[in-house]
Amino acid sequence: MSEEQIKNLETQFEARIARDEKIEPKDWMPEKYRKTHIRQMSQHAHSEIIGMLPEGNWITRAPSLRRKVALLAKVQDEAGHGLYLYSACETLGISRNELYDQLHTGKAKYSSIFNYPTVTWADMGAIGWLVDGAAIINQVPLCNTSYGPYARAMVRVCKEESFHQRQGYEIMIKLANGTPEQKEMAQDALNRWWWPSLMMLGPTDDKSVHTEQSMKWKLKRKSNDDLRQQFIDQTVPQADLIGLTIPDPDLKWNEETGHYDFGEINWDEFWQVVKGHGPMNKERMKARVGAWERGEWVRDAAVAYADKKQNRKEKQAV
Amino acid sequence: MKNQNLYNYILGIADNSLILGQRMGELTGHGPSLETDIACTNISLDLFGQVRSYYQYAAKIAGDKRTEDDIAMLRKEREYVNVLLVEQPNTDFAYTIARQFLFDVYHFMFLTELQKSRDVTLSAIATKSIKEVSYHQRFSSDWIKRLGDGTEKSKSKIQNAIDSLWTYTDELFHQVEADKVMVGENIGVDVTQLKDNYYQRVNAILTEAMLEVPESKWFQKGGKEGVHTEHLGYLLSDLQYMQRAYPNMDW
Amino acid sequence: MTTKKNWPLWEVFVRSKNGLEHRHFGSLHAADEEMALENARDVYTRRNEGVSIWVVESKHITASNPENYGELFEPAQDKVYRHPTFYDLPDEVKHM
Repeated sequence: MSEEQIKNLETQFEARIARDEKIEPKDWMPEKYRKTHIRQMSQHAHSEIIGMLPEGNWITRAPSLRRKVALLAKVQDEAGHGLYLYSACETLGISRNELYDQLHTGKAKYSSIFNYPTVTWADMGAIGWLVDGAAIINQVPLCNTSYGPYARAMVRVCKEESFHQRQGYEIMIKLANGTPEQKEMAQDALNRWWWPSLMMLGPTDDKSVHTEQSMKWKLKRKSNDDLRQQFIDQTVPQADLIGLTIPDPDLKWNEETGHYDFGEINWDEFWQVVKGHGPMNKERMKARVGAWERGEWVRDAAVAYADKKQNRKEKQAV
Repeated sequence: MKNQNLYNYILGIADNSLILGQRMGELTGHGPSLETDIACTNISLDLFGQVRSYYQYAAKIAGDKRTEDDIAMLRKEREYVNVLLVEQPNTDFAYTIARQFLFDVYHFMFLTELQKSRDVTLSAIATKSIKEVSYHQRFSSDWIKRLGDGTEKSKSKIQNAIDSLWTYTDELFHQVEADKVMVGENIGVDVTQLKDNYYQRVNAILTEAMLEVPESKWFQKGGKEGVHTEHLGYLLSDLQYMQRAYPNMDW
Repeated sequence: MTTKKNWPLWEVFVRSKNGLEHRHFGSLHAADEEMALENARDVYTRRNEGVSIWVVESKHITASNPENYGELFEPAQDKVYRHPTFYDLPDEVKHM
């Protein structure tokens, strides 16, 4: 194709997206569109899969059977969501194993929040309430993103995730209304997860790369700062309601803007964790790679068995 | 307690599901593939669902202040009456599958009979659970075949797991006092009657999976009397941690 | 990459209740058809979404090419006489 032809296709392509048409796997697309989507979707999928670990950490220790089944179902959903997203990614011509490879070798990123440890039961509450809360804010707009398979996966994800945040908030309510020890546990969890949750919505707009292009492709509908503000505005009253204190002395309602003002985020910490220096980066990768490697003989056995069965079937047919 | 035997009998059933569900739950996030991970968690969820029905019923029979969680999480090691098989650890995926398979075949036969119980609650739980367990049995049997008839490596691993766990199979058909009384009242299942069928079915699948049926006739038992392997204590310290560290609180 | 051969990709179609058609739900990996069905059940019907499942290995699906959109689908656009609104009826006839 000549440069002019490509340019022409690109113009048509952008016009389709602007008209709110969806792009489907076999449609022509600019290479950059494909690459950006693979990166974002796989990053999203990896986050779901790594995200199973901090919560999985408490499955065996959940304090009641009711909490245990809810947590199991939630962590299982994350596996499911990872799977939907890997599948959507695969429609762009990259295999799940290649994506795993990128994760396992550290080439691909996942959400940094999962590099913090879950030290008490209240962390299950805080994660559901804050981390899933922030995730939902990020994800709902993606149900309308331009790439069809991604949008469809996100519709399913958002539908299923509606119980996740409630599950977490309910844990917090119970703790906040419980004994002083329980309330302290809840407050401590909020103290530790609040700032990482704010960071989860991404670097500030002036530091954020790719935003403009992503907006055009509907990979992003609002800027990081807007999303963060939305998250804070919706979460602060929820904390007030159950008598917990947001660990930010600068937090206060601003009549003029109609939003909460909030304190400085420690971006040094954010970048350190992104670079792999969070408290749990190494543990998470070890657990992930370990599970994959320990599973190799199992996956190979299943393939060998399928081949044998196929051969037997073919022989019978002769 | 007026119905001590019935209470004990329910725990005898429920503890198996509790401990096996807990073992399966350990794997969530660590399975050999994403799809398998999801499947194992489903089994765990099914088992915990059954556990809750049984313990809620047991709590009603006990008639004191105890809840399903008290019964599940606040007994001492010697008061758990699950069979030794279900508490064996997830040494590797072969052990997980072998343990599941050896239990599922029994579990399915047991529930088939329990549906006929004169106790309507137990019979109803059995009727609901048997559909789940029928699926578990299919899942674990399929994996026995895949691993047995897969690669050399998988064959030796699953054979090794079956050989190691075989010693815990006979206990499934051992009766304690509560079992005998409940059989007498047409509430319980006479597990001694299931034994021949069990080994027939297990042997048939092992053979189909190109595996050797272990010849060992030396069996371990004790779980039903509360004498466990050393693995159970650690499982319980996880299971009970919150209830022990923060007693008398609502979660 | 360590694994010698990967589990192939399957497409999953679920009938949500009798009377409705099977609809494409998504895809997954499985080594053989039994596993594909079991995985589909575990992955896509966890919330009681289905009464029947089809799985087909993705490589067996033949798809039309979007480049042929014009010749495949545009010719149908002006065949308005295939639709009831093409035909004029007196106002007195309320339903037909």
